[in-house]
Amino acid sequence: MSLLNRMGTVIKAKMNKLIGGMEDPRETLDYSYEKQLDLLQNVKRGVAEVTTSKVRLQLQRAKLVQNSEKLEVQAHEALQANREDLARLALERKNTITSQIESLDKEIATLEVEEEKLVAAEKRLSTKIEVFRSRKETIKAEYSAAEAQVRISESVSGISEEMVDVGMSIERAENKTEDMKARSGALDELIDKGTLVDFTAPQDDIDRELAKISQKGQIESELARLKSEVGK
Amino acid sequence: MIVRIIGQGQFDVRSGLYDDLNKIDNKIVEYVQKGDEKGYKKSLAELIGVVLREGKKVPDKELFESSVIVPPADMTLEEARQVFRGEGIFKG
Repeated sequence: MSLLNRMGTVIKAKMNKLIGGMEDPRETLDYSYEKQLDLLQNVKRGVAEVTTSKVRLQLQRAKLVQNSEKLEVQAHEALQANREDLARLALERKNTITSQIESLDKEIATLEVEEEKLVAAEKRLSTKIEVFRSRKETIKAEYSAAEAQVRISESVSGISEEMVDVGMSIERAENKTEDMKARSGALDELIDKGTLVDFTAPQDDIDRELAKISQKGQIESELARLKSEVGK
Repeated sequence: MIVRIIGQGQFDVRSGLYDDLNKIDNKIVEYVQKGDEKGYKKSLAELIGVVLREGKKVPDKELFESSVIVPPADMTLEEARQVFRGEGIFKG
């Protein structure tokens, strides 16, 4: 079976779960409307949560940038005092922080995308809810039970699909922020303890060795730059 | 024909596009079966790209049901597998 067919089935099943079980179709209208309002609140909470997580990462990033600048100054001073060993150590730490900043940048960008998506979803949903609300009142007032049923099922299906979509999008955004929260909590601890190690995605042996070589190259070139700055 | 991309809303596309979508869909099925992540990601991006490029955004105030549901752009290979198995976050 194709992926598109499967997706269609999945969404249909979720839609049925959302609106099924009402005896009187007119009740379905009110019930669905209540659920829509609940969902809209959830989206708003979701947006707030993603924004909070993003701000948290931005603060961490600022802290790391500060640390990195401090290490640069320290390396500078170490060289002036003829302590190349200390300068090397400071640059090694700075290097680790730099890669950490890069991975934070990626996470911040991911959250920005999630934020944008949810804000758009919120806008879409709230417009649809408004349309649904006015249609609901018209249907209730103007149509006989049999006629109403057809109109109800059209309106309810249309908005239910949107609700399933938005529900899934919030869930996915939440999963992403949860993962990031866990990692960012660990990072906070490391920053506080001052024992920052590089814990970006797990690498195999070859990756690790290659990273070491390129890191060593970077440190040597930074050392050379600092040496020329202090004139040694 | 109305197509929904999960997370991005609905798009109105010409019905002839269904064949194109179907072709890409078949490739995706193959890649998922083989566990080819790179091929899978590329095809999923292609699928979404075609809809975005060819489709016209359905205004927010419309309440339509879609004929085709396209998974979200960030759906992983593992999640796609779960969709085929009827498990995971996409389960009904």
